[in-house]
Amino acid sequence: MKHYEVEILDAKTKDKLCFLDKVEPNATIGEIKSMFHRSHPQFYPARQSIRLDPKGKSLKDEDVLQHLPVGTTATFYFRDLGAQISWVTVFLTEYAGPLVIYLMFYFRVPFIYAPKYDFTTSKHWVVHLACMCHSFHYVKRLLETLFVHRFSHGTMPLRNIFKNCTYYWGFAAWMAYYINHPLYTPPIYGEQQVKLALIIFLFCQIGNFSIHIALRNLRPPGSKTRKIPYPTKNPFTWIFLLVSCPNYTYELGSWLGFTLMTQCLPVAFFTMVGFIQMTVWAKGKHRSYLKEFRDYPTLRSPILPFVL
Amino acid sequence: MSAPAMGTAKAAHSEASHKKKKGPGALATAYLVIYNVIMTAGWLVIAVGLVRAYLARGSYHGLYYSIEKPLKFFQTGALLEILHCAVGIVPSSVVLTGFQVMSRVFLTWAVTHSVIEVQSEDSVLLFVMAWTVTEIIRYSFYTFSLLNHLPYVIKWARYTFFIVLYPMGVTGELLTIYAALPYVQKTGLFSVTLPNKYNFSFDYYTFLILTMLSYIPLFPQLYFHMLRQRKKVLGHTQDYSKVE
Repeated sequence: MKHYEVEILDAKTKDKLCFLDKVEPNATIGEIKSMFHRSHPQFYPARQSIRLDPKGKSLKDEDVLQHLPVGTTATFYFRDLGAQISWVTVFLTEYAGPLVIYLMFYFRVPFIYAPKYDFTTSKHWVVHLACMCHSFHYVKRLLETLFVHRFSHGTMPLRNIFKNCTYYWGFAAWMAYYINHPLYTPPIYGEQQVKLALIIFLFCQIGNFSIHIALRNLRPPGSKTRKIPYPTKNPFTWIFLLVSCPNYTYELGSWLGFTLMTQCLPVAFFTMVGFIQMTVWAKGKHRSYLKEFRDYPTLRSPILPFVL
Repeated sequence: MSAPAMGTAKAAHSEASHKKKKGPGALATAYLVIYNVIMTAGWLVIAVGLVRAYLARGSYHGLYYSIEKPLKFFQTGALLEILHCAVGIVPSSVVLTGFQVMSRVFLTWAVTHSVIEVQSEDSVLLFVMAWTVTEIIRYSFYTFSLLNHLPYVIKWARYTFFIVLYPMGVTGELLTIYAALPYVQKTGLFSVTLPNKYNFSFDYYTFLILTMLSYIPLFPQLYFHMLRQRKKVLGHTQDYSKVE
């Protein structure tokens, strides 16, 4: 068996960073990254981007050396992706924040509202309901992060945790401030409005969870395979007929429900900003589905049936 | 902030003659030339208006009133530049251009126009002068670049005058916002209080203070970015001829 020689150059300076000899032809990029890590301990594999061309796309960890367009002396270029943090860590942190922060406002912890309101409770039952819904939503997200989601990437850049937490924690505080405010005004149409909102919210929470389960079942444990999602026996997944990313569709629905329930403008803003971001993600996902699968169903839209 | 899209639009304009690029079509170029000529003219009108008013009155005070209308018209007109980026005829970032234009429009309408007491402040003259000189240079720079005949002196001015104009404009803007604070607090201008059926509140006074604080991280970043641009653009003038 002919062994390969691998040299790794810095993508920017073209300096020779590492030379590996006697590399097996069936070695994967992931294994090469481990070898590079040994000579450069500060660059753990998650922060390495290995490519064939300094300006090209990153090679995947699963790519096998002998199947790449390289000679027996392979030259790769290395780019530092910067400090990385695991997706699970980011999700847990960004979701735990809103849960705790909202509760602090709900319980009217000192220094938020006037001192005479410290540790008092709202007289409006919708405020209690809203707290339960908001808390349920984030507990659900935390549990899904721990037990349901299967991530295709292990890590993301470290700076994302600051960006993401600012977004989630900031908006949670802003919304919670008004909903739990002593001068909060309950919805105009009273009980009818709140009941309808609750139904929409619960429906979409179940829907969103159903989609997460369906997506999880597409992918065997530990694998990174991508398959087209299809409707299952669960009626909440039948929306896959019309939409590529129904998890986002249901998420939008949940927050519209919460907006209706609380009749609070900051909640409406949060819903809108989230919708814009999710639309961007949905369009990207839809595009990659179309690129990867030639038989992708044509009836589907990225996030809103027939519309968007 | 006072000095607008210097770094962002450089790709289209300063390197137009060096790089092979797609660029705007003939119709778009014609439109942009007309746009930039009109804007250059508009800001010249403001400059002339300031000088004439100064000579007529013999003092710096209250010159804002003499150029109030053209200032509002031409500064607001700059909103079109966001559209230009969005449509793609100018290769700058929509977000960056949007931010810069909106901050100017904010100062013009939400501060100077809305808080009447502030209009007689000298700080207003400070930023108006900075904006005027900056914009005359900037729009003539774009005009000549689009026509592929950029006199070196314009390029030099664009990448040099900011050194003084930018801090001058920022000072004027900050002093003006600061002057507006007591009136905003007293009248509750643009502010919404609880309770209301939207469960929303907005305190414009606090918002203005936060705006002033935002200059602290933003100003140095923009300023040093422009200094770096200056080195890049003017740095190699020994090698190249003066008129491009």
